[in-house]
Amino acid sequence: MNKTQLLQGTLDLLILRILDLGPNHGWGISSRLQQISQDGLKTSQGSLYPALHRLEMRGEVRSEMTTSENNRRARVYTITRTGRKRLNQETETWEAFALSMRRVLEEGQ
Amino acid sequence: MIARLFATLRGLLGRRRIEGEIDEELRDHLEREIEAHRSRGVAAEEARRLALRDLGGLAQTTESTRAVRATWLDTVSRDIGYAARVLRRSPIFATVAVLSLALGIGANAAIFQLVDAVRLRSLPVPNAHELVDVRPSGTQAFGTYEGVNSRATYPLWEQIRTHQTAFTGMFAWGDIRLLIGRGAAARRADGLWVSGDFFRVLGVTAVRGRLIEASDDYRGCAGGSAIISHAFWQRHFGGADAAIGSTLTIFDRPVTVIGVTDASFTGLEVGRSFEIALPVCAAAAGPRRDEDVVTALDRRDHWWLTVMGRLKPDWTIERASEQMRAISPGILQATQPSGYPAALMQAYRNITFSAFPAAQGVSQVRDAHDRSLLMLLGLTGLVLLITCGNLATLMLARAGAREREMAIRVAIGASRPRIAAQLVIESLLVAGAGAVLALPMALVSARALVGFLDVADNPVTLTLGVDWRLVTFVGGIAVLTTVLFGLLPALRVSTVDPIVAMRQASRGLTADPRHALFQRALVVGQIAVSLVLVMAALLFVRTFRNLATVDLGFEPSGLVAISFLDLASQALPVEQRVVFQRRLTEEMRSIPGIVAAASSSKIPMQRGVWSHFFTVPDADASQKAARFTYVGPGYFETMGIRRLAGRAFTDRDDSAGRPVLIVNESFVRAHLRQRNPIGATVRRLAEPGYPETLFEIVGVVANIKYEDFRDESCWCDGPDGMPPIAYVPLAQDPNPFPWASIVVRTDVSIAALTDAIIRRVGRLNPAITVGIMDVAEQLQDRLSPERMVAWLAGAFGVLAVVLVTVGLYGIIAYRAVSRRNEIGIRLSLGATRTHIVLLVLRDSLLLLTIGLAIGLPLTSATLRGAEALLFGLSPTDVPMLVAAAVLLAASAAAAGSVPAWRAARTQPDIALRSE
Repeated sequence: MNKTQLLQGTLDLLILRILDLGPNHGWGISSRLQQISQDGLKTSQGSLYPALHRLEMRGEVRSEMTTSENNRRARVYTITRTGRKRLNQETETWEAFALSMRRVLEEGQ
Repeated sequence: MIARLFATLRGLLGRRRIEGEIDEELRDHLEREIEAHRSRGVAAEEARRLALRDLGGLAQTTESTRAVRATWLDTVSRDIGYAARVLRRSPIFATVAVLSLALGIGANAAIFQLVDAVRLRSLPVPNAHELVDVRPSGTQAFGTYEGVNSRATYPLWEQIRTHQTAFTGMFAWGDIRLLIGRGAAARRADGLWVSGDFFRVLGVTAVRGRLIEASDDYRGCAGGSAIISHAFWQRHFGGADAAIGSTLTIFDRPVTVIGVTDASFTGLEVGRSFEIALPVCAAAAGPRRDEDVVTALDRRDHWWLTVMGRLKPDWTIERASEQMRAISPGILQATQPSGYPAALMQAYRNITFSAFPAAQGVSQVRDAHDRSLLMLLGLTGLVLLITCGNLATLMLARAGAREREMAIRVAIGASRPRIAAQLVIESLLVAGAGAVLALPMALVSARALVGFLDVADNPVTLTLGVDWRLVTFVGGIAVLTTVLFGLLPALRVSTVDPIVAMRQASRGLTADPRHALFQRALVVGQIAVSLVLVMAALLFVRTFRNLATVDLGFEPSGLVAISFLDLASQALPVEQRVVFQRRLTEEMRSIPGIVAAASSSKIPMQRGVWSHFFTVPDADASQKAARFTYVGPGYFETMGIRRLAGRAFTDRDDSAGRPVLIVNESFVRAHLRQRNPIGATVRRLAEPGYPETLFEIVGVVANIKYEDFRDESCWCDGPDGMPPIAYVPLAQDPNPFPWASIVVRTDVSIAALTDAIIRRVGRLNPAITVGIMDVAEQLQDRLSPERMVAWLAGAFGVLAVVLVTVGLYGIIAYRAVSRRNEIGIRLSLGATRTHIVLLVLRDSLLLLTIGLAIGLPLTSATLRGAEALLFGLSPTDVPMLVAAAVLLAASAAAAGSVPAWRAARTQPDIALRSE
């Protein structure tokens, strides 16, 4: 199977989903994303960071500079209540969409 | 929502930090990625390359992440930078726009400063809003007055203080012009009488020594101590500590300086500052007629004080007023003066005191100039409006020229609101620069305007400076002008259709009829507004001319008034005063160059009114009032007042002779109707110092202006204008003033006479201080405020005409050029040059006609409020309106003629080929 191009607009949803599992930093989110989707979804790391900051500006995640192991400073993101609400909404929308898509595609066979 | 706001705020506050953190975050990512690759056995170099590739380049990602963080502030600062670059690229436009706005805003700000100083600002004392002025609302037109701020007698002040319950503290004060020093070295100073609680209740503090306290103010006080103002301390003592305890000679008496007030306190009268304050009890020993056994403190008919108080915290002005009204009858009953006719006393008992807010102090300047200042502020506002009109036209033209640039920006994805915002920022930048330049200009010109109001006879000092009100005003105006001249062009440009604009740009001109219509409406509005300004200019210039050339009834040029300012002659007993005055007059007459001299109790057109009550026994018993002037022989010849009937006064009209009167025409008309004035009798009613006397009228003279250039009330049934005056021989004054004035007429220069006059007076009595005044010059000074208004209104009118002519020219020329093809076709089809000229001029005429049609009602509505400022003509004076319209029509014709001439010279073949 070809690596699916990440559908535009779904990046936010994926980030929120991963952060729903627990706070993480940018690199962590990126590697987790590949892990979960078994490398099926390849995000451009270049668009990950703007997306993270945009989410923070919208108040859906918040972040903190932390000093982690071997004295490395890293920004750790946490999902907020607003973010969780959006995640739930978008997941529903997405599932409904996916369901419809599948029906249409199976019908067509 | 809230979270978003906080995020924005955090973004705003921590921009620098955030940018650093983004760098750090991305570096951290790279390191982790490289480590991950390395742990899978990738070589260091390769690991780094892969990590950078996956991130999409470090610099790019950093930039795009930062862009997310960018707020409106970043956008705005970028836009400002862009706007500044755009303006720098068109320096002529920028200069013209900024300078014309600076002029417009500066003029507004200058006038606003004066308005602020005389009517908006509170007194610089703690809790000024609690201050209340207690004054009588009825008439008190009898007795003697010190000046405009004379609303109470000392006995009334004592009564009010005793009976009031509305105030936490009260004080009284009065103006006095003091004489410091002796003889020729003496100079005048602005003095204040202050009651003991004056400084304490006001909350004024001393910078040196101590201020007058309640214990300094008691009946019988020696009056040997004085407070000086900070300014006087600096001027007279150079700010030295030694000032405290030093001695000043005031009215020939030694007075010790005991304290200096804080610099911010200049007195309670806005526009005038005090120099020396004396305790009110010292007025008992002040200048007075030596016969008076009653001192200023006991006189019940001497009005010289202003009574003020600080309101109790839980009291309102209305409640205080009510209390004052309630105690008024008792107070007036207790202080009734004696020796006056019964009818007058009834009027006195009917006086009621009320309370008025006094947070801004009292002000003659305010009363005198309030209206003209507001009117000027209105006019400067209109000038600014026209300026904005021209700028809007200019911006529109620029916008037209920049359509291509805008089209490109729209085409490559700039949003229309962004482009509009960009243009508004450009306008704001222009307005802001204009405002910044306007501030120093306003400060300088406001000072110059005060100079107009500040004349020797009536000094005006105003505290001017930059305060928050001025800054707010200027800022507000800058924003307002931006809206006026920048918003519409911005909206216009942002609606540009890129395809149309690109296609048209190649032809060099875009002739969108919608935009042309808007520009034409703008010019019509400018014409309408400028009609108001031109009319105002004509009215005020004419008013000044009318005032300056008004028939005063006497000849001021070559007239010198000599007044004797000190009390050295006071020691003279009554019967010798007349003799002394006669000797002085003769001494003056003997000076070469002086052709006539006479003594008089009043110099016309000087402030102050001297009146008596009288009856005309042959007519009815009703009591009348008129101005009375006591004059020596030769007075009418000296003044140049025409004699109409009967005789003049002679040396034989003295206390031994029959009491005689000379009256003026107004007096005859108002009080002696139907009767032959010569031989008619007038009974002057008794009042303190003046027994009842029956006078016979022996002569009639022409009318004169008594105190004011404008019409004065005649205190009679007749029309106001030149008031009725009765002249009495000075020698028949039962109570002559020791300091009567002498008027002399000269046929040489006045400056050359000054020394001779002082020398001759000194020969009679070296202790006398002489004040010499050129009457014509003083009259000119008095018209200085009117001259200022005329100058300013005139300048605004000229400015309006220039601005409108330029605006009209722009529009007409633009129209003519865009009709070049049409004109070329018309010419080749046989139209004559005259046709073409008329074609273009018709355009100009149409705009003018509509503008004037709107302007006429606008003018009469706007200038109606200025009626009281005019003299000798009404705000809708038809010849003036016609003149204003003709002036604008001429400028419209001038504006249209150049484009018309140019259009008429169009070569049809060239015009058509260029298409």
